Amino acid sequence: MFAEFLQYVFAGLTSGAIYALAGLGFAIIYNASHVINFAQGEFIMIGGMSTATMVAAGIPLPVAAAAAVLVTMLVGVALEKFAVEPAKGADVTAIVIITIGASIFLRGAAQVVWDKEFHALPAFSGETPIAVLGATLMPQSVWVVGVSMAVIALLWWFFNRTLFGKAMLATSFNRLAAQLVGIGVKKVLMVSFALSAMLGAVGGIVVTPITFTNYEAGIMLGLKGFSAAVLGGLGNGLGAIVGGLVVGIAEALASGYLSSAYKDAIAFVIILLVLFFMPSGLFGKKGTDRV
Amino acid sequence: MNAAMMLAPRTGGLAALALVVSLAPLTFPNAYFYDVAVNALFNAVVCVGLNLLVGYGGQISLGHAGFFALGAYGSAILTGTYGVPPVAALAASAAAVGALAFVVGRPILRLKGHYLAMATLGIGIIIHIVLKTESQVTGGPDGIGVDAFTVLGLAVAGDKAWYWVGAGLLVFAVWISLNLIDSPMGRALRAVHGSEVGAEVVGVDTGRYKVLVFTLSAVFASVVGSLFAHKNGFITPDIGSFFRSIELVTMVVLGGMASTFGAVVGAVILTLLPQLLASFEDYEAMVLGGIMMGTMIFMPKGLLPSLRAALKRRRAAA
Amino acid sequence: MTLLRIESLSKEFGGVHAIEDLSFVINPGTIHSIIGPNGAGKTTLFNLITGVYTPTSGRILLDDHDIAGKRPFELARLGMSRTFQNLQVFFNMTALENVMVGHHLHLDRRFLPSLFRLPAIARRDAEARAHCLELMAFVGIGRYGDADAASMPYGALKRLEIARALAARPRLLLLDEPAAGLNATESREIDEVIKKVAATGVTVVLVEHDMKMVMGISDHILALDYGRKLAEGTPAQVRANQDVVAAYLGAH
Repeated sequence: MFAEFLQYVFAGLTSGAIYALAGLGFAIIYNASHVINFAQGEFIMIGGMSTATMVAAGIPLPVAAAAAVLVTMLVGVALEKFAVEPAKGADVTAIVIITIGASIFLRGAAQVVWDKEFHALPAFSGETPIAVLGATLMPQSVWVVGVSMAVIALLWWFFNRTLFGKAMLATSFNRLAAQLVGIGVKKVLMVSFALSAMLGAVGGIVVTPITFTNYEAGIMLGLKGFSAAVLGGLGNGLGAIVGGLVVGIAEALASGYLSSAYKDAIAFVIILLVLFFMPSGLFGKKGTDRV
Repeated sequence: MNAAMMLAPRTGGLAALALVVSLAPLTFPNAYFYDVAVNALFNAVVCVGLNLLVGYGGQISLGHAGFFALGAYGSAILTGTYGVPPVAALAASAAAVGALAFVVGRPILRLKGHYLAMATLGIGIIIHIVLKTESQVTGGPDGIGVDAFTVLGLAVAGDKAWYWVGAGLLVFAVWISLNLIDSPMGRALRAVHGSEVGAEVVGVDTGRYKVLVFTLSAVFASVVGSLFAHKNGFITPDIGSFFRSIELVTMVVLGGMASTFGAVVGAVILTLLPQLLASFEDYEAMVLGGIMMGTMIFMPKGLLPSLRAALKRRRAAA
Repeated sequence: MTLLRIESLSKEFGGVHAIEDLSFVINPGTIHSIIGPNGAGKTTLFNLITGVYTPTSGRILLDDHDIAGKRPFELARLGMSRTFQNLQVFFNMTALENVMVGHHLHLDRRFLPSLFRLPAIARRDAEARAHCLELMAFVGIGRYGDADAASMPYGALKRLEIARALAARPRLLLLDEPAAGLNATESREIDEVIKKVAATGVTVVLVEHDMKMVMGISDHILALDYGRKLAEGTPAQVRANQDVVAAYLGAH
């Protein structure tokens, strides 16, 4: 009984960590620009696909992973530069359409650059399961959670201990004030896309040995990351992490105990319930429209 | 009839549309063109409905393919499994989809911007997953066959017959849309887009109008879904996929938000495009994504309104 | 009989009192001004009266019925309408259409007749068009008719909001800084418009910074400071009030 439950929780934590990274990516960009980047999931896909291709070509994993993160960050910066920045001042609907367009464009590009097949990566440290209280834990799941935690810690350090990180936070609170003290909003925007792309790519690389990846793997992961971000309260970093884990675990439990076919629907049911009954999320602040 | 009336959308525009759809078949070199044309007409009708919501009402929906698919499956199952006459099945499906949209519309349309996008997208994806999963009723991912559409014993058979059904429906839909937007109801709806609080203080129940137009556009999608199912003879859950919902919104955006004829133009272009790009099938998604981004960046008002503005400027300059 | 009665009204935003324990009455057929320094709570008070905000406590009585918590569109049905300090014009429509939306409650709003444009709809729309054009002429923007609202100058948009509010045929009209951002000539013209409106029997509540205008046209003035009542009375009484003078000079 308990072992089964624990098994589901392990599965949930593993996918939840990826949703948390994606959710964090949404939060960073949202804070910098109030843009919701629907192409966040494509970063996950590109990270996974490029690593898998390079490893298959004989490049050592660490080198391939580093190169893949770099490639994805470049894509992120390009997205900001050529699609988001020119649309400055457009209304929310337009921004939504642009980033969804970017998502579909990247998906299509992946299909052209690669193919429609699934791509795999070998597990980083073997496939010998670890027994924990009657449940089994795959070493790769430890990698996923561990790397996610490391990346999150790194981000925390960046936003709280470095001058530029603090400046980025300042921009999210008060754009004008940030400009007055000489922080370039454009630069902040670009860095936020690079960081989000990095988060996505890292997530994509560590999870590919478990789930495999193909050109359209990003969409669902991205949307679930968005669910995580909204659940936690849009723009709240800690909220996005908690939201990601909650979505991941809820999904794993529901597919274990209820129906595995509806696994993908769980995140959307959660998001609808949150939006209907708790629109500011778990940790979000309530706002009042000024007339 | 004076020149101003000729140019007024409700008279001149509608007449021009009727003329174009009547004469278009003369240019079709073979039967295959009819098939593509019917799809274009069907998409155009869905987009005219969706434009009422997105373009005039200013409320985005990323889940309308779900309503289209529900209409299609409603007709397929009611006629196939329960032997209901197609017209009754179409009406029943539309009523059910309308009721569903009305019920979910209340809480959903209280949301704005990204949240509204996410909620409608969620509804669409949930519908898609249900259609894929409940295979005992829907046939699952492999799809389900659909009987021919018959009215009083007469079957609508062949793409030519369907072309005239689609053409008639489109002219009717455009007429309805033009009537609505120029009525007190329609002005209230556009006012909701302009300023919700501005509309409220002169007595417009903004929530009611948003739900009403959401429901109306869902019914448009459902009716076309039903007809599409009968015309195609076979449907799969993918007619309700997220990708399809995005495609519909892109048609509206490309043609021109808040322009009924723009929605028609956008639908026709995006339906024909894959045919023109047939040998570049792999690039279809890239082209669609590129159109979405390019339209919003370079021509945010869409094709038809931008064209109209350009003409106005030229006339003013001359 | 009083038209509007405010009883110990309060509104808090996260612990900050924007309006605190405020009571006053507005009599029908008068021009009633609300003055006070920036941040005194004037616009918040407007938003409370017109249903944009819900009060934290207290009562708002229109014709002796409590209307606190009702939505703006419900209040419009009861005869209340307003304009905004930050323009809330429908920039996606023409000037005339803006005003016709104001006439919404008095038009045929049935769904199916609208879809099929039955003759009744068309006829009443034509009448509404004529009526709304008159209203536009009344506030002095007659020449804008079918112009896009987005192409109109600021001063005309201010009037457009007044015409839209009048089209709803209100008994109580609230104007939030109708002269803000206007030059002296335009201010005087708005002044005339407000007097004309009041002369038709509409009760006007005005928030305005232009003291010359306020003192010139008001029957009654309420002065607010930090969400509380500072003084109340005729223009002469308020002008003579030491607290009001102090608040405006910032001598606390």
